[in-house]
Amino acid sequence: MTMPDIRWYKFSSPQTFYPLAGTLAPWFAIAAAVFAVYGLYIGFFLAPTDFQQGEAYRIIFIHVPAAWMSMFLYLVMAGWAAVGLAWNTRLSSMMAIAIAPTGAMMTFIALWTGALWGKPMWGAWWVWDARLTSELILLFLYLGFMFLHAAIEDPRRADRAAAVIAIVGAINVPIIYFSVKWWNTLHQGASVNLTRSSTMASTMLWGMLIMSIAFWLYSIAVVLVRVRCVILERERNADWVKQLGART
Amino acid sequence: MSGVLDAMASVIARDLRIAMRRRADVMTSLIFFVIVVSLFPLGIGADPVLLRTLGPGVVWVAALLACMLALARLFANDHADGTLEQMVLAPQPLSMLVLAKTAAHWLTTGLPLVIIAPLLGLQFNLDAEALLILLASLLLGTPTLSLIGGIGAALTLGLRGGGALLALLVLPLYIPVLIFGAGAVEATAAALGAGAHLSILGALLLGTLVFAPWATALALRIAIE
Amino acid sequence: MLSAIGLECVRGERRLFAGLGFAMRPGTLLAVRGANGSGKTSLLRILCGLLAPAAGTLTWNNAAISEVSEEYRASLAYLGHLNGLKDELNAAENLQLSLRLAGIAVNEAEALAALEWSGLRERRHQPCATLSQGQRRRVALARLKLSQSRSLWILDEPFIALDTAAVERTRDLIVTHLAGGGMVALTTHQDVPIAAPMTLLIELGA
Repeated sequence: MTMPDIRWYKFSSPQTFYPLAGTLAPWFAIAAAVFAVYGLYIGFFLAPTDFQQGEAYRIIFIHVPAAWMSMFLYLVMAGWAAVGLAWNTRLSSMMAIAIAPTGAMMTFIALWTGALWGKPMWGAWWVWDARLTSELILLFLYLGFMFLHAAIEDPRRADRAAAVIAIVGAINVPIIYFSVKWWNTLHQGASVNLTRSSTMASTMLWGMLIMSIAFWLYSIAVVLVRVRCVILERERNADWVKQLGART
Repeated sequence: MSGVLDAMASVIARDLRIAMRRRADVMTSLIFFVIVVSLFPLGIGADPVLLRTLGPGVVWVAALLACMLALARLFANDHADGTLEQMVLAPQPLSMLVLAKTAAHWLTTGLPLVIIAPLLGLQFNLDAEALLILLASLLLGTPTLSLIGGIGAALTLGLRGGGALLALLVLPLYIPVLIFGAGAVEATAAALGAGAHLSILGALLLGTLVFAPWATALALRIAIE
Repeated sequence: MLSAIGLECVRGERRLFAGLGFAMRPGTLLAVRGANGSGKTSLLRILCGLLAPAAGTLTWNNAAISEVSEEYRASLAYLGHLNGLKDELNAAENLQLSLRLAGIAVNEAEALAALEWSGLRERRHQPCATLSQGQRRRVALARLKLSQSRSLWILDEPFIALDTAAVERTRDLIVTHLAGGGMVALTTHQDVPIAAPMTLLIELGA
């Protein structure tokens, strides 16, 4: 009855997870590359030109998956951080801290490509669109998590304090999103809504889906590599890491 | 139960008495608030119509910053002199004592802002109704700011460069309060009625009342380890 | 009864102690010795529940202290490195408000008597900011004197900054508490012999 528990427990130890992550990361990276090439091929060559937005809309194949990932990764990060806080499992907290930079990068990509998209659409690099504004706030939340973690020297205390702000942030994300949306409708901000302005061709949808999978796989690969670095740094005084160093 | 209330009362009494003896601290954030608000007309020009449009937002943003400025003091002194340890070791739940501390903090920093805000609203040509709504929105919103700010203050306790970090942690969380607080006054000006805004501010206050003291207590335990 | 099994403390990179165990019954004095940085204060903070041990368990009357934390804190009086006094308040206010916070009911006369015992009766209306280091310690000790209902005392360097007479008084206070079935865990650098029904000695960093 307790067999699965034992196995979970086994992989929740940094020592056993380290080689596992090392084995898995390249496969995820290769798969990410394959999906990205295929997704970009669909995006650039197969998807038809949008009759309203011309070619500029093609940036959505990067923008939309990045925006999805940015929000999703925050929740995953907060989830791992919460598990680490509640059950005092070191690896969970390490996962959270490994996810944060990737999440922040996704947020940044979403903002940047949003600005690139905004220029031909709205004639301005930045408009206070509800989604762009929420992404900006999300970036602040990521930075807060990372900077708080970096400011505390003791790693366990840093994990726990950062977990608190991650949880508070995760609870606030929907509240912030809806308040920004409310604010935006009141002030009649500009908004590009692809699904409403044009019936999205199914190739576009496919392209976005494939690109989302590519972003997923990329995130997993990068997080696995980064969590390996975090494990080595944290456990540098543990015997198994010293043996690892002696072998190479 | 009476034990909890008595302990909470002792925390509030202590903090109010200290605030009375350190009036300069209380005055500092209030004067900061007044100065920031007064800077805006100097920066954007004295056009009465423009000022009336910007007024609610300016007063709210300044209130946000003034509240944040005062947060650094919330636990720092207690941490330095050991009273925080005694609070954590008191038999009463820490979250209730945190609630008492936050209440005292709001009474000495938030409430003065609320009281003086209509005066600043006059500088921005707000009419009587807008002033009233400004007062109401600040009255409902500033306790939320103190409660949320408590989490940030506890998390950054004893850290180098804690002030800037505190701003980074807390200000994004203040956004909903800012939107509905300033929005309430703007909605009145546009004759839309501020009822919905004020209700949402009230809901935010209730939500943070339940959640924030718990999170702050957790953060304090982590900070004093 | 407070018992510890396999306590381990890691601060930063260093393991301060591991596998520490003991049992304190009524009348037990636990004296913690060791050089600076050997983890004395950390051990006391672990005993209070302020610091979580890296490993090991701590039980109060056979229940983990995390399970009975409010009950445990209601049996505990802690005197740390810091006195827990507010500079802006005077000795009497500090005493009164900190006891109320701890949930210990005392009347005016008892508070006055404790300050008298501490030798601060005349200075009780002076803001604590103007008191000397030793006088502040004595205000904190007056709080301890009124905490006799708390069975477990955890004292971090109680004699520090005190003059000879105050050390004597404090020692008598601790001896009385132990004789009455209380428990005391303390660290000290000074050689102050304390008579106790039972004494446990922990030498850290040895």
